This record gives sequence, structure tokens and C-alpha cells, in this order.
Amino acid sequence: MTSATATAPAPQGVVNPHAVGTSLPHQVLLLARRSIRGALSSPAGYMPGIVMPLMLLTINSSAMQRSTSIPGFPADRFLDFIIVITFMQAALFATSSAGLGLVRDIESGFLDRLALTPMRAGALVVAQISGAIVIAMGASLLYVTIGLVTGVDFHAGFLGVLALLGLAAWTALAFATIGAWIALRSGESEALQGIFPLLFASLFLSTLNMPRELIQADWFAAITRVNPVSYMIDGMRSLIITGWVPRMLLEDVLVLVVITAIGVSGCARALRRRMAKA
Amino acid sequence: MSTTFRAARAIAWRHLYKWISVPANFMPTFIFPLIFFTGFAGALGRVGEIPGFDYPANYTTWIFVFSLLQTCLFGGLATGFTIAGDFQSGFARRLMLAVADRNAILYGYMLSTFLRAALMSGIVTGVAFIAGLEMLGSVGEIVGMYLLSLSLSLIGTMWAAGVMFRARDPQLGPAMQIPMFIAIFLAPVYVPLALLSGWLHAVARVNPVSHIMGAGRGLLVGQPDDIGLALVSVAVLFALLAVWAITGVRSAERAGG
Repeated sequence: MTSATATAPAPQGVVNPHAVGTSLPHQVLLLARRSIRGALSSPAGYMPGIVMPLMLLTINSSAMQRSTSIPGFPADRFLDFIIVITFMQAALFATSSAGLGLVRDIESGFLDRLALTPMRAGALVVAQISGAIVIAMGASLLYVTIGLVTGVDFHAGFLGVLALLGLAAWTALAFATIGAWIALRSGESEALQGIFPLLFASLFLSTLNMPRELIQADWFAAITRVNPVSYMIDGMRSLIITGWVPRMLLEDVLVLVVITAIGVSGCARALRRRMAKA
Repeated sequence: MSTTFRAARAIAWRHLYKWISVPANFMPTFIFPLIFFTGFAGALGRVGEIPGFDYPANYTTWIFVFSLLQTCLFGGLATGFTIAGDFQSGFARRLMLAVADRNAILYGYMLSTFLRAALMSGIVTGVAFIAGLEMLGSVGEIVGMYLLSLSLSLIGTMWAAGVMFRARDPQLGPAMQIPMFIAIFLAPVYVPLALLSGWLHAVARVNPVSHIMGAGRGLLVGQPDDIGLALVSVAVLFALLAVWAITGVRSAERAGG
């Protein structure tokens, strides 16, 4: 009887660490699986994040094609230039994906209950972030496939595509840590919704639609210069339209290192404070 | 004063109060149009230099009309979320019991969204002037341009109300947003219709929003063109979506709020 109970599969959505061991990687794996399953069980939650970038890509690549005739424009097809929007939006979506998952766990008391088990609370945070990255990577793979099918010329070649996917994953990680930090700090979905306009602004007030050297308005060029998202976009875009440009890639990596460091340290502090209160 | 109007006015007042007093409601309707406008006007100035781009004012002026229409249209969509939220909280059910003519609920939301869109249009205009907006039309033409764009706030509200009176669930927000998003982006947003090609040109040519956008841009620079087509587009959209919204109210009535 006891043995039957011990080996019975855990009900869906319930994590039973004793069934497979309690090492940190196992905990993360279990919780990440739960996070991904939870996210995928609600298409209304993730489909807009996949469909909207594709719609923007389809419409803008056609509507802005004439822009490629501007002297100095770095691509022959606007699609090649703008496809980076899909990777960036997938990464931005990771902010809400990781954050809302954590908020749900805080609001439902799951995080507090976790404190009573051998599970480490940090594992839940890492798992929610990992889940968000997996979803972003799935979307990015879809976008690369669409790019290849529609004839996007990835100038950096096969290795460049891998590097692009790597940068997309890291960008998702950076944003997911910020989302998790806000979630842990506030424990409220409103706070996460509040940051969305800021992220949206950071995307549109960047070099997303035009290379910096072709931006006429000095004030806007200045904004793009101080906006870290511009460097993320330029780094990923360089792999698509130019090839390997070490300076752009280095700038992108530096920005990602800084944002990830801020996000991770913020998460650690907020988690410590929250667990102390639990 | 009829009871319907009194009820509509009270609902409109409550909606406006909630909009102003709750930052989570206010900020998206305030921030998003400004982000779009600033992002496009700032980044795409050189697009105005493309051969064949023959608009008599600068690119900021060109993109301003799109931003204005978007502000008005998306303001209606924001109202859709308010309606869904009212159903979720049970407030809509009490509202349905409280008013004799349930259409008053719809009229109230339309009134408040119109007023909100007017205020937001003023803010977008202020920012656009800072960014270099040129108004070359006469006072009458400019007023016409604003009325045309404000009509989209009513159209957007009726669309969103029709969806949310039926769905009564904010999770179905994307089903409400995506068609309007497509409608406005399938118009000549960045360049004139003549510079579009392929499938987008074909779609934009028959998209009613293209006619409204084109007329608005013409009025803004004092070269009114295709106003009749724009008015017909507004009238047809208004008539169709009025039926959609009112049958939505009936659907909510049948479901018991």
C-alpha cells in the first residue's frame, strides 16, 4: 500500500520532489516543466506574443520595402532588416511570461508552501525564468524557419543563425530576470503590466525601424544612443544583414551582461526578502 | 431628460472617473499612442524623401494622422477591456438590473470613450507640435480632420463592445484587438498608397480605414481629397458596427448579464 502510494504518479501540476530526488537541477527541471506546461496550457496567453510579431513583420516588411531605396540603407529587402523585431518581441514577452508565472505562484501561496518542502525557493525562480526562455526559444526557432522560408539571407551563415538564437535566448533571459525581479518584489500582476509600456517604448524608441546613421531627428538619434535595446537589436541584426561585426556583437553582449546582472541580483535580493517574510 | 440619456451619462462619468483614477487603466491609453507617434516620427523622417512620396508637409505631419486614428481606435479597444472587467466583477450584472434600456450602457461607454479620445487627441497633438507638426489646412479642415478621427473612437468602441458583451471575458482581448490592429496597419501607414505594392496595395486600396486616413491627411494640409469616400466608409462602418454592438448587448441580456 505504502509502496503503491510512493510510486503513484503525482497529479498534474503537483510537484513531488521525493519521486525523483531533490538535487537543485532536478528541482529546477521539475518546476520548469510545470512552468512550461502551465504557460502552454493557455494559448490565449502566449499566442498573441507569437502572432503579433509575425503580423507586424508581414505588414511592415511590405509597407516599408520602399525604404530600402534610401541611400545608405543597409539591406536590399526590408524583411531582412526588420525580422529582428520578432526575436526582440519574443524576448520582451519573456518578461511577462516569467513574471506572471511567479506572481501566480505568489498569489496562490505556492511559493510559501514550497518553503515547507525540501525544494529551494530559488529553484522556482530559476524554473520560471527557464520556462520563459524555452518558450522564447521555441518562438525564435519558428521565426528563423519563417525567415529561411521567405528567403531572408542570414549573412553570418549557419553559425550566425546559431549565434542569433543564442543572443535571442540571452536577451530573453535578461528580460525574464527583470520580470521575475518585479514579480518577487511586488507580488502583483499590476506592477508587471505597469512595466510593459516601458518595455514597449524601449523597443520603438530604438534603431528598430531605421539604422542610427539614417535617423534625421537628432533628438531621436540621441534616444537610440542611450537606449540599451538599440544595441541588442543592432547586434542581432548585424548577424542577419551584415555578417560577423565584432563591435556590434560585443556591444550587445555587454548590454546583456549588465541587464542580466541587474536582473539576477535584483531577483536574489527580492527573493531573500520575500522568503524572510514567509 | 430621458432616463436612457441619464443612465448613459452616469455610466460615462463612472468610466471616465475609473480611467483617470486608476493608473493601470490610464497609462496604456496615454502611453501607447505617444510611443508609436514618437517612434515613427523620430525614426522614419527619411522615408519622406523616397521618390514619389509627394506629401506637402513633413513626415511628422504624415504620421500624425495615423497616430491620431490609432489613438481613437485603440481607445475603443481599451473600453472593451473595461466592459469585460465589469462582467467579471459582477458590476455589469447589477448595471443590467439597474437600467431600463440596456442600450444606455453601450451609449455610456461610447460617450466616455469619445470624450477620452478627444482629450488624448489633444495630448498627441501637443506632442506632435513639439516634434514639428505642420497644420496647413483651414480651421474648418482641421476640425473636419479631428471629427473624422474621433469617429473611429465610436467605431472602435462599438466593435469592442460587440465582442465583449458577447465574450464577457478579458482573456478574449486578442480576438478583439487583432482585427482592429490589422485594419489600421493594412492602411497606407508609412508611405502613400501609390508607393505600396503587391498584396498590401490591393488590400489597402479597399480598406475603409485607408480612405479615412487619406482624407484626414488631405484635410490636415489643406488639400481635401476623397472626403466623400471617407464619409461613406465611416457611415458604413458605423451602421454595421452599431448592429454588432446592439446585438451584443442583447446577447448579454439573454445570458443574464
